[in-house]
Amino acid sequence: MSSSTQGLSSVATGSAPAEVISSKEIDASCRWPLLVFFSSAAFWFLFSTVLGLINSIKLHSPNFLAHCPWLTYGRLRPAQTDSFVYGFAAPAAFGVTLWLFCRLGRTRLIAPGFLAMAAKIWNIGVLVGAVGIMAGDGAGFEWLNFPRYASLILFIAYVFIGIWAVLTFKVRQQDQLFPSQWYLLAALFWFAWIYSAANLLLVFSPVRGVVQLCVNAWYASNLLNVWLSVVGVGVIFYFIPKLISRPLHSYYLSLVAFWGIALFGGWSFINTNAPLPSWIPALSSVFTLMMILPIVCVALNVHGTLSGDFKSVRTNPILSFIVFGAFSFLIAQSMNVLSAFRPLNEKLFFTYFTAGQAHWLLQGFFASVAFGAIYYIAPRVIGVDLVQQKSIRRHLLVFVAGVIIYGLALTLGGIVQGANLNNASVPFDEVIKGTLPFLHASTIGSLLLVIAGLLFAVNLSSLCFNCVWGMGKQLVKKGEERP
Amino acid sequence: MSLSWLGLVLGPQLQLGSQAPEMNDKTGQLYPQARAGTAQQGREVYRANGCFSCHSQQVRPQGFGADIERGWGVRRTVAADYLFDSPLMVGSQRIGPDLANIGLRQPDANQLLVHLYNPQITMATGQKSNMPSYPYLFEKRKLGRTISPDALKFPSGFAPEAGYEIVPRVEARVLAEYLRSLHAEVPLIELPSITPGTNAVAETNAPAAAPTNAAQSSATNSPAK
Ligand code: HEC
Repeated sequence: MSSSTQGLSSVATGSAPAEVISSKEIDASCRWPLLVFFSSAAFWFLFSTVLGLINSIKLHSPNFLAHCPWLTYGRLRPAQTDSFVYGFAAPAAFGVTLWLFCRLGRTRLIAPGFLAMAAKIWNIGVLVGAVGIMAGDGAGFEWLNFPRYASLILFIAYVFIGIWAVLTFKVRQQDQLFPSQWYLLAALFWFAWIYSAANLLLVFSPVRGVVQLCVNAWYASNLLNVWLSVVGVGVIFYFIPKLISRPLHSYYLSLVAFWGIALFGGWSFINTNAPLPSWIPALSSVFTLMMILPIVCVALNVHGTLSGDFKSVRTNPILSFIVFGAFSFLIAQSMNVLSAFRPLNEKLFFTYFTAGQAHWLLQGFFASVAFGAIYYIAPRVIGVDLVQQKSIRRHLLVFVAGVIIYGLALTLGGIVQGANLNNASVPFDEVIKGTLPFLHASTIGSLLLVIAGLLFAVNLSSLCFNCVWGMGKQLVKKGEERP
Repeated sequence: MSLSWLGLVLGPQLQLGSQAPEMNDKTGQLYPQARAGTAQQGREVYRANGCFSCHSQQVRPQGFGADIERGWGVRRTVAADYLFDSPLMVGSQRIGPDLANIGLRQPDANQLLVHLYNPQITMATGQKSNMPSYPYLFEKRKLGRTISPDALKFPSGFAPEAGYEIVPRVEARVLAEYLRSLHAEVPLIELPSITPGTNAVAETNAPAAAPTNAAQSSATNSPAK
């Protein structure tokens, strides 16, 4: 990889030789902001999955909690998805990005206190947004349902987080870049760009009529299929080689995958017969079909890196999380490509299939990768022993079971629903009846995901507890030694 | 880097961003027209309660899906139908039926309100509605000397216990007005109204090769018995 060029940067700049900073010191500099990012991620994961469980029950028992306006399905569903993306996924992404920039760049995090503050502001934004939706203030756009005042808070917090992350990248002492670094750097700029553009054009100064549909689809696909995908794949490309101590299989495959995602990922989520001039959906499906290229590149690269050491996937639960994430990435993106085919789009658009696709991407891929990364990073930045393998494995099993049950239920349920919906001789009532078994199964999956969220929160807080305990013991020791 | 922005944001904006109502030669009126104030308020209730999480508002052309056959519209919906809609809530889920033309299907406000109060009431016997009820949009009142003029009229067997009436709150009333305002049936030049059963295909979205498209659509259309 890149260790051979260590120290080159100081030669090139001709200034004083760079100090060599130990990994331990780098990790410690990240402690407070990362602790805020990761613990809030754990909280919002639990929050979102609890809402997910309620929603999943409501879909087959519609009168469950129907009396309370704050808990009606139409509000809880956007609150669930948006708190997942902005409350869990984004902070997890920021935390992992910062740490990787520090570690790969061999530099300390600058002004961590300031970042921790920005992280808290971000969380206030998410809280205000989720409460806003439940109070009836949702903006009405998919994946962008937070009311404008919440989006403003998020944006301000992001400006600080983004600038700090880019600065951290700039002060790196290691010139040669590892693919994960430019993946994550690009993602930082990408999010700033899509989030501000979409908010401006939809919420603050809305474009007219169906142009909103285009902007919303553009935002959703850039958010899920580009931003989260680039972050997740970047993290996968760092951790798989790291955990099995082998080089990344191919630099070029990661390059092609990156450009493929960047060029073709932002075009999805438009129904082939949306009320638009025909060139727009046509362009959208053509580009979405080309996502096959990056999918294949990611698959080959992961497989190539792992081959020779598949054993570790089973013995190391952190690696299991990362590899399951990579596997789900392939499923989610393949589902996306499939639904761009005209005949399949006809059957699958408007069904649970699309919800299933988002689930595979958000939970199966992103959350899985984030869990793996956090289990690796958190003990190091807190400065305590690693989490017990047994506890990680327990979380892993429950989580994977939940993802698969919920994912299969929605995917298959959506196919059945779509086939029935498109057959006018099946009355609507029967269409609904056909989905009920799948909806019941999805509730089991949702419940498992809530338990997984609990286990994650427990594992993470036991780390913090160990840290406080350790500090306390040291204090006592010092006190005993003094007199 | 931002190719998709050119294609999905700038391009559409350039083409459609300045779209304006046009004189419709069939009806002799401008189309589309802005909604009346109450319906517009109802739209806000629709947004606030996230009805779009379960209902789409877009009709696909005949030959693509069964939207027209299901009676969800007489023609596909086009860009002009949504000119005044902001935020646009076309929806991407059909957990419930498409509502682009609910105003044509169910013009009766009382029926719509009873359905919102308790969807089960309007279902045929033996059928189960999977839509949540919205009791919080209504008020259960002790009956005064007279019945309130806008109290819900229930089919027999569903009325509340004697001495009480169910009165829609403002939110429910404007929401029903909004639902009644949902109709996209005005025939358009490029899109003559399709009556179910014919095979006319919408021009706006037809692929370049028209003959193959006609063949395709009749192929997908025929088996619907
Ligand atoms: C959880 C999903 C869900 C939500 C949320 C929901 N609906 Fe429904 N809706 C359904 C289902 C399922 C049906 C079909 C069964 C029925 O008619 O009750 C339906 C039917 C309807 C119908 C009758 C359609 C027809 O073809 O006759 C109307 C009108 C309607 N809904 C309006 C609304 C409004 C207004 C809201 C928001 C306040 C809303 N719905 C929220 C699921 C939902």
